[in-house]
Amino acid sequence: MSVEDVSNPQGTGLQQSSTLLRVAGLKVHFPVKKGLFSAVKAHVKAVDGVSFTIEPGETLGLVGESGCGKSTLGRAIVKLVRPTAGTIQFEENDVSLLAGGQMKAVRRGMQMIFQDPVNSLNPRMTVEEIIGEALDIHRLAGSAQARRNRVRELLKAVGLNEAHAERYPHEFSGGQRQRVGIARALAVEPKLIICDEPVSALDVSVQAQIINLLQDLQRDRSLAYLFIAHDLAVVKHISRRIMVMYLGKIVELAPAQIVIERPLHPYTQALISAVPEVDPESKRQRILLSGDVPSPINPPSGCPFHPRCPVAEARCKVERPALREISPGHWAACHLA
Amino acid sequence: MPEAPELEKYAAHAMEDIEQGTSLWRDAWHRLQKNKLALFGGGFILLLALACFLSPFLGIQSYEEQNLTLGATPPSAEHWLGTDLLGRDLMARILYGGRISLSVGLAATAVSLLIGVIYGTLAGFLGGKTDALMMRFVDILYALPFTILVILLMVIFERSLLLLFMAIGAVEWLTMARIVRGQVLTLRRQEFIEAAEALGLRKRRIVFRHLIPNVLGVIIVYATLTVPSVMLLEAFLSFLGFGVQAPMSSWGTLINDGAKAMEEYPWLLLFPASFFSLTLFSLNFFGDGLRDALDPRASKD
Repeated sequence: MSVEDVSNPQGTGLQQSSTLLRVAGLKVHFPVKKGLFSAVKAHVKAVDGVSFTIEPGETLGLVGESGCGKSTLGRAIVKLVRPTAGTIQFEENDVSLLAGGQMKAVRRGMQMIFQDPVNSLNPRMTVEEIIGEALDIHRLAGSAQARRNRVRELLKAVGLNEAHAERYPHEFSGGQRQRVGIARALAVEPKLIICDEPVSALDVSVQAQIINLLQDLQRDRSLAYLFIAHDLAVVKHISRRIMVMYLGKIVELAPAQIVIERPLHPYTQALISAVPEVDPESKRQRILLSGDVPSPINPPSGCPFHPRCPVAEARCKVERPALREISPGHWAACHLA
Repeated sequence: MPEAPELEKYAAHAMEDIEQGTSLWRDAWHRLQKNKLALFGGGFILLLALACFLSPFLGIQSYEEQNLTLGATPPSAEHWLGTDLLGRDLMARILYGGRISLSVGLAATAVSLLIGVIYGTLAGFLGGKTDALMMRFVDILYALPFTILVILLMVIFERSLLLLFMAIGAVEWLTMARIVRGQVLTLRRQEFIEAAEALGLRKRRIVFRHLIPNVLGVIIVYATLTVPSVMLLEAFLSFLGFGVQAPMSSWGTLINDGAKAMEEYPWLLLFPASFFSLTLFSLNFFGDGLRDALDPRASKD
């Protein structure tokens, strides 16, 4: 029994009519090669058998250490990297099978917001051109006037003003640039936005503004987010459910409140204990993990977390724990849970 | 602190910016106009090119008309830049030589730009095995000694100016391809390229709208460096007897001849060399200005 056999780990009891995104058994393996003609030596298993769903209008938080495959997972969903195996079903379409015009139609439905506000905007295009390009490619503005108006409308929606349309990306602050990136994603009226650490490069005060903006937009436009971050405090604030990844696999998936208050997986427990607390009186025990994340080229046998796990037993070394539903809506991949 | 009228000017300028959408090229032209040195460089090259190509109609002496009794004379009212050992008017020879030097310089650079940019962008963008094979091909061509390549070409085909363009262009594009490929490799990992892909842009549009404009700065700077090196190559080939032959002239041959006679008749070296260096200066100023003008981040106003 492995993770990819698990069909549809559902979220809370809240059931919506149709699932927006259904990822099943997704694997992204990168070949490790040496030289020009030599054979593939090994694979980096960046994403290794991941299954989950996202309902319309919901936010699924995705946390994990750097290198655990969370960004690769996000990129695979919008097909910036090619999946090795598994299916990505967006509404009725299997994204992994589409190409050309059909793929372009699906791309309208899901967009991405990037981590680096400096590199995610073409430095040689004005904001109007950047957002306008998104409109042009999907023919969303009939005339030059309509395009102008739409760009200005989008800028207002993300808290910028009309005068900003003529400016180049370098004339903005980090937070403003991130707003431009959000406006570009919104331009095609997507239903799902993959937010790849959208605030981790920003100041804390600006982070809150961007998070609030994302929440407002979600309310007004019934957007669904896959919110990728390494900061649990941020994810807790915005997500309905939280998914924890470790070495390319999901180790825990549950409603946000439950993950924070009653985490079942020792890795999640360690992550939560690392979130700084405001209350100085709090006598919380910090769980310190020893060692580094093992190489995804050659992951440990059994439970991938066992070399660092404070409660590991003998069978954790041999038997890989499946992601199972411990209580309704609360999934964890741990023998001891 | 700017004075009040200065401030008004800025305000007016800002208003103007808000009112009209500006394209990259129009913006660039605005910025180029503010760079006096670049304008001067561009203007000088334009004037020189006009003078060179119109020289047969300017009513000056022909470049091949000899006056053996006159011999080498210093600049005078009749011969502004003096005459050479055979009594030929130096100005006519410089202007005539400019036709060849400028056309070799610009044409061979254009050829190398065209091949190099397309080849390098493709290699960098496609990546993987295609990239590796394409770049090994470049390495192989690099390894061929240039002189031997040109001599072979000249032996197989007839000696002609067109062949000279092609031979030089065929060598100069290699470096261009390498530079562009390196730039494209770093650029295509940037998130704005991924964003364009996620929006559903076609590969061709990504290459022309997002990749090449961001490599322009490097391309332009390298092109301004290529023009002089091409002119020097032409001089070198002419010296070996593969390029321009007397009585035709190019700046390379003139400088070469002038260098031999510089102790007795210094103007024979001084004038062609001044034209050559002024042209190179102008090209560099113009190229620098163009690079800054095309980069929105470079403008400090």
